[in-house]
Amino acid sequence: MLESYLTLAICILSVVVAAGGALIVAHVIGPGRRGRVKDQPYESGMPVVHDIQRRFNIRFYIIAMLFLLFDVEIVFLWPWAEAFYQSCTNGTGSIIVDDGTVATKGFLLFGMGMFFLILLLGLVYEWKKGAFEWD
Amino acid sequence: MKDFLVTQFGFSLVLAALVFAVIQGAVAYCIYYERKIAAWTQDRYGPNRAGPLGLLQPIADGLKFVFKEDYIPGHVDKILFVLAPGIMFVVCGIGFLILPWGGQLDASTLPWLGSHLQPGERMLSVQVVSLNVGILYLLAVMSMSVYGVVLGGWSSNNKYSFYGAMRACAQMLAYEIPMGLTILVVVLTMGTLRLEEIAAEQAASGVWNVARHPLAALILFITALAEANRAPFDLAEAEQELVGGYHTEYGALKFGLFFLGEYASMITTSALVVVLFLGGWHVWGVSALTMEATSIWAVLAKMTVMAGKVAILIFVYMWVRWSLPRFRFDQLMRLAWKSLVPMSLGLFAAAAGLLYFGLHRSIAACLAVNAVVLAGAVAVASRGRTPITGRQANLVRQAARNDVPLAEVRT
Repeated sequence: MLESYLTLAICILSVVVAAGGALIVAHVIGPGRRGRVKDQPYESGMPVVHDIQRRFNIRFYIIAMLFLLFDVEIVFLWPWAEAFYQSCTNGTGSIIVDDGTVATKGFLLFGMGMFFLILLLGLVYEWKKGAFEWD
Repeated sequence: MKDFLVTQFGFSLVLAALVFAVIQGAVAYCIYYERKIAAWTQDRYGPNRAGPLGLLQPIADGLKFVFKEDYIPGHVDKILFVLAPGIMFVVCGIGFLILPWGGQLDASTLPWLGSHLQPGERMLSVQVVSLNVGILYLLAVMSMSVYGVVLGGWSSNNKYSFYGAMRACAQMLAYEIPMGLTILVVVLTMGTLRLEEIAAEQAASGVWNVARHPLAALILFITALAEANRAPFDLAEAEQELVGGYHTEYGALKFGLFFLGEYASMITTSALVVVLFLGGWHVWGVSALTMEATSIWAVLAKMTVMAGKVAILIFVYMWVRWSLPRFRFDQLMRLAWKSLVPMSLGLFAAAAGLLYFGLHRSIAACLAVNAVVLAGAVAVASRGRTPITGRQANLVRQAARNDVPLAEVRT
């Protein structure tokens, strides 16, 4: 197990080094000529009107917020899926939690059902509130 | 040295280098493949000057990326500007490490290297790293590419780049949710997060997951298209409105790395779809393609089958790109939040229910719940009047607010 992580670390490190190396090499061997016009942002050849540090559409914030809510909930589903699978297929119909408590598969399904219901309510609320509308 | 190469650790490192090199080459030829498919779709020749059939074109392109002027414009945030393509390259270089390419390999069948070993003495898994959190690692790495896109767009200090990055970010975030949920459906069916076990289970039973959950497979494929920013989801780099999108200000190798990232993520996501739903390296009725066949030739056959399946899926990606027009942004968001998210939530709940009753491997039961979820989605979608969007919807709202007939607002 630990060996796997060591392999992973070595691979990630070598890819990072390769990325840095490629960027440096390309910078060194390419030609380099500066120019006044080359330093302007590209706006289809028109003179630049204003910079980008201004307000943009609020909907992007809403999408980011919705994502945060849903993604945190989905992260919670992963360990549950594994535990629920164990409880359903190990023949006893339950799993034993670390502190010795026995959790039956019905209990696990009920718990997740409640959680899922709240998630669903949130989805319906956002839908009705128009968070998914883009006009 | 000879013995080190046949330990799992040494073998993994060699395999990593090998697969990395093959994927870099495959990316170069993916671009050639794409241009040829585009040409075929549009009834033209495609690249045909560099070498026979234009086969040397990718090499010429690659050399040009390296030898062009690597310009960092004066108006950009220099550190982030250089960091962004680096992140894209790293993401594409570490995602495939978790993918299973060919089951188990009996080290004694390796010519020369394993000649001192007894048959069956040492089994190596043809996978760089085998983690118990397999799929989660892949999801985490793939969502890292959002950083490359957003930092690239933000640091460029260019309006096109900025809007492209915002769009790409919103799109990748929105489509990550149905992607995670459909993968959870597979986890609830197979009971493991290890990709190699999911592939082996499908090979052992001979039933690919696509036969159980075709709807989930379709949703995963659609979200994979969106995550890779491919047409019809390529709003982030819609040429007609945003020039190049988030990489407008990039050139030379830094642009090349963004390009590489896009194509490498196509390969990784296709391989993920193949492993989760299309049986990995398995094909029915071939004895070399079973879990028991572990000789080097069987492993090579498995790798070929896996690569072939990935190539077919990539062909579908390109076919879709050159056949379908691009979505509008409101359509994109509606597809994600109003159909894919509810459908994948429904599939997840259904899969949990099936598991409770012990029916999670039953093809008929799984197909039935897929059909029910699809029917429900169609019923919701077709309810009410035809959806109106954009300016039309604003007009309707305006008419309602001012309490006047629609025709009057329109004039």
